[in-house]
Amino acid sequence: MSKHHVTTTINGEPVEFLCEPQETVLDVLRNTLNLTGSKEGCASGDCGACSIICDGKLMCSCLMLGVEAEGHSLVTIEGIAQGEDLHPLQRQFLEHAALQCGFCTPGLIVASKALLDENPNPTEEEARYWLAGNLCRCTGYDKVIRAVMDAAAEMRGEAVRAA
Amino acid sequence: MPSLSYASPTTINEAVSLLAGASGQAKLLSGGTDLLVQLRSGRVKPDLIVDTKKIPGIMGIREDGGGFVIGAATPGAVIEANAALKRAYPGVVEAMDLIGSTQIQGRATLAGNLCNASPAADSVPAMIAVGAVAVIVGSKGKRELPVEAVVVGPGRTSLAKDEFILEIRLPKPAPRSGDAYLRFIPRTEMDIAVVGCGIWVTLDASGVCTAAKVSLGAVAPTPLVVIGAADALIGHKLDDATLARLDAAAQAVCKPITDKRGTIEYRTKVAGVLARRTAAIAFQRAQGIAPKKAH
Repeated sequence: MSKHHVTTTINGEPVEFLCEPQETVLDVLRNTLNLTGSKEGCASGDCGACSIICDGKLMCSCLMLGVEAEGHSLVTIEGIAQGEDLHPLQRQFLEHAALQCGFCTPGLIVASKALLDENPNPTEEEARYWLAGNLCRCTGYDKVIRAVMDAAAEMRGEAVRAA
Repeated sequence: MPSLSYASPTTINEAVSLLAGASGQAKLLSGGTDLLVQLRSGRVKPDLIVDTKKIPGIMGIREDGGGFVIGAATPGAVIEANAALKRAYPGVVEAMDLIGSTQIQGRATLAGNLCNASPAADSVPAMIAVGAVAVIVGSKGKRELPVEAVVVGPGRTSLAKDEFILEIRLPKPAPRSGDAYLRFIPRTEMDIAVVGCGIWVTLDASGVCTAAKVSLGAVAPTPLVVIGAADALIGHKLDDATLARLDAAAQAVCKPITDKRGTIEYRTKVAGVLARRTAAIAFQRAQGIAPKKAH
C-alpha cells in the first residue's frame, strides 16, 4: 500500500498528513487528525453531518478523498469559534435549544456558516432550502431555522428578538 | 483486498495514458458525488482512480462564439452562479441546481451526472433539449457527441475505456428561443425524479413554434428524445389543442418501470402533465417573459 502525502490548510493552519487513496477527508479528519467534530452519519452524502467548507464551498467530507485536499483550504466545525468565543451561530443554537442529541449540530453550524458567508441576509425560505441537505431527527428544524435567522440578524448588527 | 491507486494527471495526454494503460478497472473522478458512494458500497471496485481536476480548463465556464463551454469538472455551485449562462439557458442551470443538496452542489458536475448514466439524471434531459454536445478525449484524439448519444443504458455510456468528457458545449442561443426543465417529485427537495422533462423551443414573431426539442427522463432505461412531442409543437402556438397533442406524444414514448416512486401508469400520466407545464415555461422564456420561479 502506498500512502499519499498531502499538504493542505485546515482552519487556517498548514497541515500535512499521510492517507490511503480510498480514505475520505472525513476519515482523515476523525481518525488521523483527531478532529472528531465532523460526524459520519450516512457516509453517502445524504445527511450533511460531515459538512465542511472547502475553498469557500460547502461540501460533504465523506464524499471527498483525503488526497483531493492537497493544496486546498478547509474549514471544519473546530474552526468556527474564535478561541473561547463562540460564533454567533453557536450561541444562537444554544439560546434557541436548536439541538437535542447534537449529532447533526456540527454539520448544521458549518452549513449555516457557509450560507451566511454567501448571503448575510437570507429569507427563511432560502435558509430552509440551503439546509435541506442537513438531516436532524430531533428538533423538527424549526428551532434550527430560528437560531440561524437570529444569528444572521445579530451578525448584521440588528437587534435580536428574545427567544 | 487489491490495492487502489490514485493519480491526478495535469494534462489530457497523461490522463488518457493512465486510462488506456490501466490493467484493471479505472474510474474517473471529478466531483465524486456518485463515485465515492459506489466505492463505499462496494458497487465498484476500481484499481485506479484518475482525478481530472488538475487538467487545465476542466473547471470553469467560458463563452465561445455566443455559446458556452462548461468544463467537465465544474461544480453545480459555479454553474448556478454564472449569470450569463443562467440568462441564456435557465432550464439547464435549474436542472443542475435540482441535483442534491447545497453540499452536493459544491462538487457535483454536469459531465458526472451524464456519465453516471442514471435514467433519472436531472441535468441530462435539459442538456439534450438545448442540443448540448459532449467533447470527448481519448487515445484516438478528440470527438464530439450529442449528449443523447452518451448514455446507452442504466449505468452505461458509449465512451471507450480510454475516453473521458473534457467539456460540455452549449450552442449559441437562437433569437426568440427558450428552455425549461421540470422534475416531478412528491416533495420539494432532495429526491430523485419520478419524471423529468426538458424542452427547448424557438418561436417566430407571432408566437408560432418553428423549432423544438423535447426530452424525457426517468420513463425509460435512458433519457429519451421525443420527436413526436417536438412535432406536436412545431408549426403551432401553445394553445389547448397543441398541449393535448404534446401530452399524448409524451405519454406515447414512455416505457417506465414501477418502483417506490411511482407505477408505470402514474409515471406515464405525469410525463404528459409535466410536458405541458415545461412547454409553457419554455414558450414564455422564448417570448422574453420571465416565468414564476419554476421550483
